[in-house]
Amino acid sequence: MSNDEKQSTSVLEPIVNEFCMTICTVNGSGSATANGTLFRALFKMGIPTSGKNIFPSNIKGMATWYIIRTSAKGYTGRVPYDDIVVAMNQKTFLEDLTYLPEGGVIFYDDNIEIPEGTRSDLIFYPMPIKELTKQLNPPRNLRDFTENMVYVGIVGQVLGITKEALRYAINQYFPTKPAVAETNMKTIELGYDWAEQNLEKRDRFSVREMSPLDDCIITDGNIAGALGSLFGGMEFCSWYPITPGTSLVEAAIEYAPKLRKDPKTGKMTCAILQVEDELAAIGAAAGAGWAGLRSLTCTSGPGLSLMTETIGLAYFTEIPVVIWDVQRVGPSTGLPTRTAQGDLGFMYTLGHGDTQHIILIPGSVTECFEHGWKALNLADKYQTPIFVLSDLDLGMNQWITKKFEYPNKPINRGKIVWEEDLNKFADWGRYMDIDGDGIPYRTVMGNQNPRAPYFTRGTGHNVYGNYSEDPKDWSDLIRRIGKKFRKVVEDLPQPFFRNGPEDANIGLIAMGSTENAMIEAQDMLNAAGVKCDFMRVKSIPTSPSVREFIASHERNYVVELNRDGQLCRILKLEISEYSHKLISISEIGGLPLTAVWTRDSIVALEKERKHG
Amino acid sequence: MDKTTEVKAERNLIGLTPQDYKGRPTTLCPGCGHNVVSNQIQAAVYELGILPEKVAKLSGIGCSSKSTNYFLERSFGFNSLHGRMPNLATGASFADTTVKIIGISGDGDTASIGMGHFKHVIRRNVPMVYIIENNGVYGLTKGQFSATSDLGLELKHQGKNMLPPLDLCMEALISGATFVARAFSGDTKQLRELIKAAIKHDGLAILDVISPCVTFNNKDEALQSYTWGRENMAPIQDIKFYPSSAEIIDRDMPEGVMQEVELPDGSVIMLRKIERDYDPTNKHAALDLLTESYKTHYFATGLIYIAPKSSPTVHDLFDLVDEPLNRLTLDRIRPSEEALEKINLALH
Repeated sequence: MSNDEKQSTSVLEPIVNEFCMTICTVNGSGSATANGTLFRALFKMGIPTSGKNIFPSNIKGMATWYIIRTSAKGYTGRVPYDDIVVAMNQKTFLEDLTYLPEGGVIFYDDNIEIPEGTRSDLIFYPMPIKELTKQLNPPRNLRDFTENMVYVGIVGQVLGITKEALRYAINQYFPTKPAVAETNMKTIELGYDWAEQNLEKRDRFSVREMSPLDDCIITDGNIAGALGSLFGGMEFCSWYPITPGTSLVEAAIEYAPKLRKDPKTGKMTCAILQVEDELAAIGAAAGAGWAGLRSLTCTSGPGLSLMTETIGLAYFTEIPVVIWDVQRVGPSTGLPTRTAQGDLGFMYTLGHGDTQHIILIPGSVTECFEHGWKALNLADKYQTPIFVLSDLDLGMNQWITKKFEYPNKPINRGKIVWEEDLNKFADWGRYMDIDGDGIPYRTVMGNQNPRAPYFTRGTGHNVYGNYSEDPKDWSDLIRRIGKKFRKVVEDLPQPFFRNGPEDANIGLIAMGSTENAMIEAQDMLNAAGVKCDFMRVKSIPTSPSVREFIASHERNYVVELNRDGQLCRILKLEISEYSHKLISISEIGGLPLTAVWTRDSIVALEKERKHG
Repeated sequence: MDKTTEVKAERNLIGLTPQDYKGRPTTLCPGCGHNVVSNQIQAAVYELGILPEKVAKLSGIGCSSKSTNYFLERSFGFNSLHGRMPNLATGASFADTTVKIIGISGDGDTASIGMGHFKHVIRRNVPMVYIIENNGVYGLTKGQFSATSDLGLELKHQGKNMLPPLDLCMEALISGATFVARAFSGDTKQLRELIKAAIKHDGLAILDVISPCVTFNNKDEALQSYTWGRENMAPIQDIKFYPSSAEIIDRDMPEGVMQEVELPDGSVIMLRKIERDYDPTNKHAALDLLTESYKTHYFATGLIYIAPKSSPTVHDLFDLVDEPLNRLTLDRIRPSEEALEKINLALH
């Protein structure tokens, strides 16, 4: 943050719907519902808001932070400072205050001992959390939970969140348990009323109702991915638990009985199976894909490393299967609960030998839904593994996002042929390029036409699937597979473009979950005189429009969350004639991108350029 | 062709000839035990009258796994990855449960690289036949020790094996297998009957076939050699498979010597006890037998264990539609627009 911005916060004029608030709790204390309630209440009031959970790889007792940012302008990326802190964790108290500028606001549990040397330039609101909770006398196991709901009431009141909005949020949390919702609302009201009677408003931050966000919902990318897959006709999913991929499959487990009971018989049309490791997860998924099921697995970096072997086989034997990678920070175990975009380079040609893959990169929760069903169609159509590259920020954090739209394309099973269909072919081989598009016809297990069975092998084969070491057979096969990847481009999600001023000569390029921060950065840069357009790449291999964008700008900054600029490298490879127009900007550290950092990095580079 | 072999075409229950069950010509070494297994699989499937298209054969990597190509050419086949056959079989099994899955593996494929998957596919009880063609040596990489090589075995380029072998029947049994058998490529009759019983078993059936490698591990004193096997093989019972109990004719055996094990589809495994009184439905007895066999090099073959009651298979964990999942029409696998609208409302 620049000095100008810091100072502006100390001027005492009201700031409405523009602040960042971090709630500091201990993990395992059940604060997720409380924080989610605040988030949804703000959403209900029509205020663009984001909620990001920064949590440790731990079950109970370590510090965790929930960052709520409101922005009337709709900028919901992360910001690297706080305006308001809700301190519920003694251990991190001092450190938590360091993100506040002068005049920042702190709500704190009055049981916290204020250490010596605590800053005095802040506005303090003590909260008698324990005392109020005592009045309610909750059962021991719900005490922490209740304490959290008390701060929802107090903070809500001071900021001007309406009781109606809080009630709506609580009811949405417990739609089938009105009594539980009521108990929680009482707790919130206790805090709310206490604040009303006892706290004098001394800070400048407040919220005010805006026009309702009727066409939006709140959910996370993993739930969206699961739903997209279930609406995409997923029939089989095998998986192994790993953060942050787990919650996608858990959402599928939760929703499948509601969505995938056969309307005719009431029986299930999809199976979700937890297996012994990621080798088995991709193995079973590939086996199911081979046998004709719409099949999927979901993992994160370390799991993807293990899956590499079978993905190579699936690529080579042309098996449709979808692999979701919800990225976390790597290499190795890395930072399991932090976000990154570091798997793209690995995924691009994952496997040994001549490999290449199709990658979809959703940049919003709604797109996770959309890519969910599209991936299954693409897998069947192109008979190859399809990757969906999400990340922890998108997958596990709650986002305000556009409502899910019903798939506008039918389920596409590709070139599967059954008993009768097969008779139309005078000569048929599993790997024969009959249509000249590189995509052969395939039969699957259970087809009783005696011509249907073929032998699938990870070894060299001719068009009939028979073993072959003939150089021409090998070359024909690998080149024919390569043909599919040239053709696929037109079928993939096209980039998102957001133009700047007419005379913009600089391109900003990003992918995935950084979109919100990028849009804010784009506006900041344009305000700072760096005139730029923005493009978010949604799929690999890249489409001609990506090339056009790069070509039409003097230089392009590729912004991503990994060390070496993996997207930038891929663009340089695929669009090599313009590689000189691509400049990598990359941020690592495990946190979502901020617009401020992006702007500052690019402004600095632009300055360097000018001066030389 | 020798004219004397030209007999009238033999046909099975569904009107197919043995030719319909053949595979492609083998490329394994002449005399390889695995070819015997391939021949007995095709004979068993033929005799059971199963349409070859209703069988899928999957394997890992190795000499054993190559053999899936050498039987049942009219079945879907998959020669996959080293040790990973159980994974692919698990997924494939969900597509059409009327297709019988036969998995082929070897001692390297199962006892080393695929040991974890082996134990877990058993634990899941995927309904399939899992055959290990066990020769105690890596053949395709030219003669290294495997995890079933006998302690002290000497191989040309390897010296002496200093690690104790694993017993795959024992591993299967303690993992919860509901059907465990051991056979020998040198006894085709027993092998064929065991394969038939394994195919008719309603859960996962493990068949550990000692199947000599004539090129790298067939010295007379080697445990997995033809000579040692023939001299020491001790069937624990005579076994005969009957498609239904009505077809059993030789019931006039002394009582107590015969044991009938009925399979869920009404077929019967008839066991005539040899020497010892052995009940293969008794898990403790099976553990004792395998413990003794391991300790004393007692080469017990036959049906070692069959669970007295059916266990749920992995498919029973899901209340799936009756017809093959891979043939469902598209309207049955995409939820309605109203369902999505409801979700949107709940997430607002």
